Amino acid sequence: MIWQRATIEAARQETPRSRTLVLDVPDWSGHLPGQHVDVRLTAEDGYTAVRSYSIASASDSGRLEVTVDRLDDGEVSPYLVDIAEPGTMLEVRGPNGRYFVWDPADERPVQLIGGGSGVVPLMSMIRTHGDRSSTVPFRLLYSARSPALALFRDEIAERAATDASLDVTWTYSREAPPDWTAPVGRLTLETLDAALFPRSAGAVTFVCGSTPFVERVATWLQDAECPLEDIRTERYGG
Amino acid sequence: MGFFSSGFSGRRRADTPGLPPGQYLTESFPVLSAGPTPKVPLDRWQFTVATEAGVAHRWSWAEFRALPAEDVTTDIHCVTSWSKLGTGWRGVSLDTLFEGIDTSAAGFAMAHCYGGYTTNVPLPDLLGGKAWIAFDFGGEPLAPEHGGPARLLVPHLYFWKSAKWITGLRLMAEDSPGFWEQNGYHMYGDPWREQRYW
Repeated sequence: MIWQRATIEAARQETPRSRTLVLDVPDWSGHLPGQHVDVRLTAEDGYTAVRSYSIASASDSGRLEVTVDRLDDGEVSPYLVDIAEPGTMLEVRGPNGRYFVWDPADERPVQLIGGGSGVVPLMSMIRTHGDRSSTVPFRLLYSARSPALALFRDEIAERAATDASLDVTWTYSREAPPDWTAPVGRLTLETLDAALFPRSAGAVTFVCGSTPFVERVATWLQDAECPLEDIRTERYGG
Repeated sequence: MGFFSSGFSGRRRADTPGLPPGQYLTESFPVLSAGPTPKVPLDRWQFTVATEAGVAHRWSWAEFRALPAEDVTTDIHCVTSWSKLGTGWRGVSLDTLFEGIDTSAAGFAMAHCYGGYTTNVPLPDLLGGKAWIAFDFGGEPLAPEHGGPARLLVPHLYFWKSAKWITGLRLMAEDSPGFWEQNGYHMYGDPWREQRYW
């Protein structure tokens, strides 16, 4: 797999700490929903740094968009979130990962569980599902720190309101909207249980978030006797 | 004209010996797994080496832990670009486990794990003091999310080859792709040659 030159075509601020970069890659091969891409930055003196980011755009869009969350002590993400401007050149390699991927031909219901910026690859699945007018039942459980830090909040709400096959459960770990009645705090087993498809639905489950988030959720899913092979996980950070 | 990302200077520019191309250093220990962390009770834990001829050599946890173990200090390199230098492990060398096992017909091994993960490694990369079944990390029992009770440790290859939750090695005459190898990763995975993807 080779490095391809890319230009930042546009940048959209998503939250105070995250931004979506629209990348123009002349010969982009396209991607599957859930895949990620390596991004390489080169300094003027030739120093390079590589990180991997989840793709947020729908697979049928033909567009490569990554949504990057700033790690305060990071080397690459502060540049991508705060400094890089449209016209900036970088390189990409990918798309990568063929397992944490939703196959639109698979008719099983899809359970998405995202924590924080772990919602990004799930968003690619939701967008692909929506753009194809797929009727495969989708459920998203999204645990965000606060409404201000929830990624794609308006878009997810709008898609859920207009797509009968997409059901969304929000949960907030630090701060909730003013009219919120559900408990605020770390995702609980009760919230998870209420959001899941019934076991008999035979859903395939995608979990993405920080390691502690994914460990907790995946352990609960196993306790609930969800078959191991139907749980796919991806973790960020570390 | 040089190609560069305007305004990017980067931080860790000191040359780090021991850092393969395209890798960056991390002090933490990121977790990467395709599926959930399986629960592996020690009283049911088992490690098996199955030969080409169909002979199976088995160890219970107690039998495995009764084998001589070694302390290993090594660098580890993940295909997602992080490297961690000087990590401390304790484990049983595969040379010890393979004592008296006929490997003459085998050129490769498939690691099998609790949870269903598999990965393929050439047999010469597992022998000769290059690989271990590790059960301690940093002086503590290996945490489940990092592969405990025991994982394969074959640190000269990208870390997806160091299969977590290992339960056996099946010897093979021909190479055959494991889980990530079927999903886009390289058959061998040498970090110094950047064999990440095929």
